[in-house]
Amino acid sequence: MARLRYEITEACRIALAQIRAHKLRSVLTALGVIIGIVAVTLMGTAIRGMDSAFQSSLAMLGDDILYVQKWPWKDPDDWWNYVNRPPIQPADAKKLNRLFAETPGSQLELAVPLVARSSSIKFGGFQVDSVYIAGTTGDYGQLSTVDFQAGRLFTNTEAETGRPVCVLGADVAKALFPHREPLDQTVLIRDHPFRVIGVLARQGTFLGLFSWDNQALIPLDAFWKYLSSRSRGAELRVKVRDKTHLAEAEDELIGDMRRVRGQLPGERDNFSVNEQQAFKAQLDPVERGIALAGFFITGLALFVGAIGIMNITFVSVKERTKEIGTRKALGARRRTILLQFLIEAVSVALIGGVVGLGLTWIVAVGVRLAMPALPIEFSPALIVIGLVVSAGTGVLAGFAPAWSASRLDPVVALRYE
Amino acid sequence: MTPSVASPRAPRLTRPAGDLVIAIEQVTKLYQMGAETIHALRGVSLEIRRNEYLAVMGPSGSGKSTLMNMLGCLDTPTGGRYEFTGRNVKAMGDDELAAIRNREIGFVFQTFNLLPRADALRNVELPLIYAGMPPAERQERARQALADVGLGNRVHHKPNELSGGQRQRVAIARALVNRPSIILADEPTGNLDTQTGVEIMALFEQLYERGNTLIVVTHEEDVARHARRIVRLRDGLIESDEALP
Repeated sequence: MARLRYEITEACRIALAQIRAHKLRSVLTALGVIIGIVAVTLMGTAIRGMDSAFQSSLAMLGDDILYVQKWPWKDPDDWWNYVNRPPIQPADAKKLNRLFAETPGSQLELAVPLVARSSSIKFGGFQVDSVYIAGTTGDYGQLSTVDFQAGRLFTNTEAETGRPVCVLGADVAKALFPHREPLDQTVLIRDHPFRVIGVLARQGTFLGLFSWDNQALIPLDAFWKYLSSRSRGAELRVKVRDKTHLAEAEDELIGDMRRVRGQLPGERDNFSVNEQQAFKAQLDPVERGIALAGFFITGLALFVGAIGIMNITFVSVKERTKEIGTRKALGARRRTILLQFLIEAVSVALIGGVVGLGLTWIVAVGVRLAMPALPIEFSPALIVIGLVVSAGTGVLAGFAPAWSASRLDPVVALRYE
Repeated sequence: MTPSVASPRAPRLTRPAGDLVIAIEQVTKLYQMGAETIHALRGVSLEIRRNEYLAVMGPSGSGKSTLMNMLGCLDTPTGGRYEFTGRNVKAMGDDELAAIRNREIGFVFQTFNLLPRADALRNVELPLIYAGMPPAERQERARQALADVGLGNRVHHKPNELSGGQRQRVAIARALVNRPSIILADEPTGNLDTQTGVEIMALFEQLYERGNTLIVVTHEEDVARHARRIVRLRDGLIESDEALP
C-alpha cells in the first residue's frame, strides 16, 4: 500500500514537472477540455435552471388541486371527441361541494369555480392590455397559498352579489399605479369601474410563457355582469384533503362529476380532471429530450478535448520511451508506468476542468446579473460533476497511451533514441 | 572523496569469491526479424559468484548485449536455464522481473540514463521509490550513496549542471542505492574521455574492494583489464573464460 502511495506521489510530481516543462503544449491541450467543460457545464446550468423553472411553475398549479375542465392537459389525438363536450358550469361547484359533504371520508374538500378571459385594465392615463381576468368566489382564497401584498380577497357575499371589486396581480398594480397606493382606487375593466381591494404578492411566470402577476381577480357574478355571457365555460378547481391520496381523490371526483352531470354508466366522461402530475408527465419527456440533445452536442466538444489529451499523451510516451526503459530497468512495474501516464493525462484534464468551471461560473454570474429572467443556475453539485467528468475524460483519453507505455519491452525502450 | 586512480598494472587484491549469484546453463535466445530467425545466443553457460569482478567482451553481434539484457533480467531466455540467487528467472512474470531488477541489480548505462529534470538526489532515490521505502529513509540512503561516490556536495545539481564523469557517478550511486546483488555496467566509460574513464574504473575498483559484485560489458581491452575475470563471446557462444592475475 505504502509503495502505491509513493508511486502515486512520484507520478504526480512527474506530471507537474512535465506540464511545467511543456507549458504551451499543456495549455493548448487543456484548452480542448476547457471548451468541453464550459459547454457541458453551461448546458448543465441551463438544464438545471430550466428544471427549477418547471418545478416552481408547476408548484404554482398546486400539488393538491384537481382541475375539472372541458379539455385534458395532454393534447388529445382525437379532438373531435372533446370539442362537443358541454361547458363546465360554475353551478357544478356547489353541487360538488354538497356531494363532498355527504360522502363520509371524502378525499375532496372544496370545489371553486373560475371563469377567465383576457381584457385591458385602465386607470387614469395608464392602460394594461391582455390582463388575465378571472372571475371566482371567495373560496378561491382557500385554494392556493396566494399571498397578498396589500388588502384582501373579496368575500363570498361580495362575490355572490357581484360587487364591482377587484384584486390586481403585482405587475398590473405596478403598471397602473407607479406612484401611488392602488387600494381603494377605481380602475376600469372593459370600461366598467371596479374598486381595488387587494394586490397579490409577486408570483413569477409559468414556464416563462405567461406571468401570474399579469392577472386580476373579480367576483364571479361581476364577471358575468360586465365581462362575458353565462354560456362561456368555466373550470372548477378542487382542493384535495390529502395529496398523498391524489389518485383516489381523482377517482372520487370523476364519480361525483358524473353524478352531477347525470351521465349514464358506460358513457364516456364528458369532462376532464387534470392535475399537476399529468402536466409534469407531459413536460418530462420534453425536458429529457432537451437535456439529452444538449449533453450530446456539448459532449462532442469534450470528446474533441479528450482526443487532444490522448494525442499529447501518445507524443509524451514516444518522447520518453528511453526514460520508460530506464525506469523499468530500475524496477518500475507495468502498473507504475501506467499510473504515471494516466496521472499525467488526468492532471491536464483536471486543469482544463478547473479553468472551465471557473469560466462557467463567471458566465453564470454575468448572465444572472445581465438577464435575471434566464434560468441559469451554478451549483456545488455542478463543480463536483465537472471535476469528475474532466477526470474521467483524462482517464479515458490517457488509458490507451498509458497502457501502450506500460507494455513496452524494457530492452526495446532502452535502445530507443 | 576523490577516488584514487588505480593503474591496472599495480598489484591488486583479489577477494575470495562467495556464493553463487548467477547460474546460466545452455542459454539460447532467438529473435524473429521478419522471416529470419536470429540466434543471438546459441547455448551459453556461466556461473558468477558473489564479489566477482567480471568483464564480458566481444565484437558487436557477438551476443554480449543480449547476454547483458538476460543477466539484467530485462529479457528472458528462449531456452536453457537461468537461476538468479537460486530463483528460476525463466518462469518469472513481468512484475517479478521488475522486482528482481529493483532489488538485486544495479544498472549503469553508457548514456547514464538520468532523468533530466530531476536533481541528483531524486535520480538516486528512484529505485527506492519503486521499492516502497518511506521518504525520510530513502533520502538518507540516497544522500549516503551520493557521498559514497564522492558527490556529497552535488546532491541538488541537475544532470545538465554536472560533468560527464559526475553524471556517471550519479548513475553509479543510483545503481548502488538499493544494495543490489550485482552491478551491471554496459560500456560505462563509452561516453567519457580517457581521464574520466580511468576515474570511473577506479571507482569500480573501490566498489569491488568493498565487496560488491560487478559485471562490466565492454569492447575495450583497457576497461576489461580492470576486472578479475574476462568472458569473451563470439557468435553467440563463449569463446573464452579466463581469470586475470
